[in-house]
Amino acid sequence: MCKDCGCSITEHHHHHDHDHHSHTHQAAHETLHHNPQLNDSKTIEVISKILDKNDHEAAHNRAHFDAHGVLAINLMSSPGSGKTTLLEQMAERAPFRFGVIEGDLETNRDADRIRERDIPAYQITTGSACHLDAFMVHKGLHEMPLDDLEVCFVENVGNLVCPASYDVGTHLNIVLVSVPEGGDKIEKYPVMFRQADLVLITKTDLLPYFDYDIEHEKEQARRIKPGVDILEVSSKDPESIDRVIEWIEYKRKFQ
Amino acid sequence: MHEYSIVQALLDQCEEHAAAHDAKKILKVVTKIGVLSGVEPDLLQTAFDTFKEGTICEEAEFVIHLQKIVIYCRRCKKESTLEELNLACPRCESLETSIVDGEEMYLMSLEME
Repeated sequence: MCKDCGCSITEHHHHHDHDHHSHTHQAAHETLHHNPQLNDSKTIEVISKILDKNDHEAAHNRAHFDAHGVLAINLMSSPGSGKTTLLEQMAERAPFRFGVIEGDLETNRDADRIRERDIPAYQITTGSACHLDAFMVHKGLHEMPLDDLEVCFVENVGNLVCPASYDVGTHLNIVLVSVPEGGDKIEKYPVMFRQADLVLITKTDLLPYFDYDIEHEKEQARRIKPGVDILEVSSKDPESIDRVIEWIEYKRKFQ
Repeated sequence: MHEYSIVQALLDQCEEHAAAHDAKKILKVVTKIGVLSGVEPDLLQTAFDTFKEGTICEEAEFVIHLQKIVIYCRRCKKESTLEELNLACPRCESLETSIVDGEEMYLMSLEME
């Protein structure tokens, strides 16, 4: 770098006495300060995903799960659709060993519920954040005894909007929607249902009490995500829980 | 309302690019936001205007190009741009389609000095 003016032009014949600039340097100097492309504003092409840091961390998490032979599943739904209840029921029936990383704004209640079933659980309280991101899940996965597990669930913050934008580093997404939430949820929250590998329509034992057109909902799910798997679940019907377990077992074989 | 987290990630990227190019400030931030990306463009604009203060983007204009959904149909082997969310191919009604654009959020370019 030229010590006199601080510009970055180097030259082969730089004088040792810096009393005056050489002609070549002077010419380069003129170009530097008068060429608008070099001096004024410039536009650079970037074309990168805005969440690329999150995506990078998510890939790291996935590699971590892979290294331990653990299938990781992100559970998403609105609050109260039955995510924790589904996990409790699977604890009684699943042939695979699993752990749960819980995301909630406040309280350790969900993790406590899971631990009561002798399932390892780690609670992430997000404060006001409406979703889990890959960095939060990374913290959680180091608290999981991954060597002893075959499946790890990430129970996302109850929210049908924000979690859909964040890859947390799981292999599969299960999205729950319950009968009492009413029809049209799938059409209203398409971004979330686009992410689903499996849609669970829960609390189907309540179908007689609600005007819920379950076939219409399934059709909507398939318009948004062609070929998506859909299962009906009721916590009162153990066989419906077994079907979810079978789906997971099937996916484990292909991991 | 996760737009704040997204703007934070965007501002971090802007700082990095500005440092790499020895820029003093960023004048314009151009993004491409898919209609199926899960963010509300108006909220993103508000979040950007709120959180740019004190950053290299303080004076930056924020441009959002909304990207409609583009699907590719494996049956008729053609791409279509969709006006509404129904992933059936508008040409042949097939559901053998996949989305090729409209789901992601990109930082496209930066104007800096």
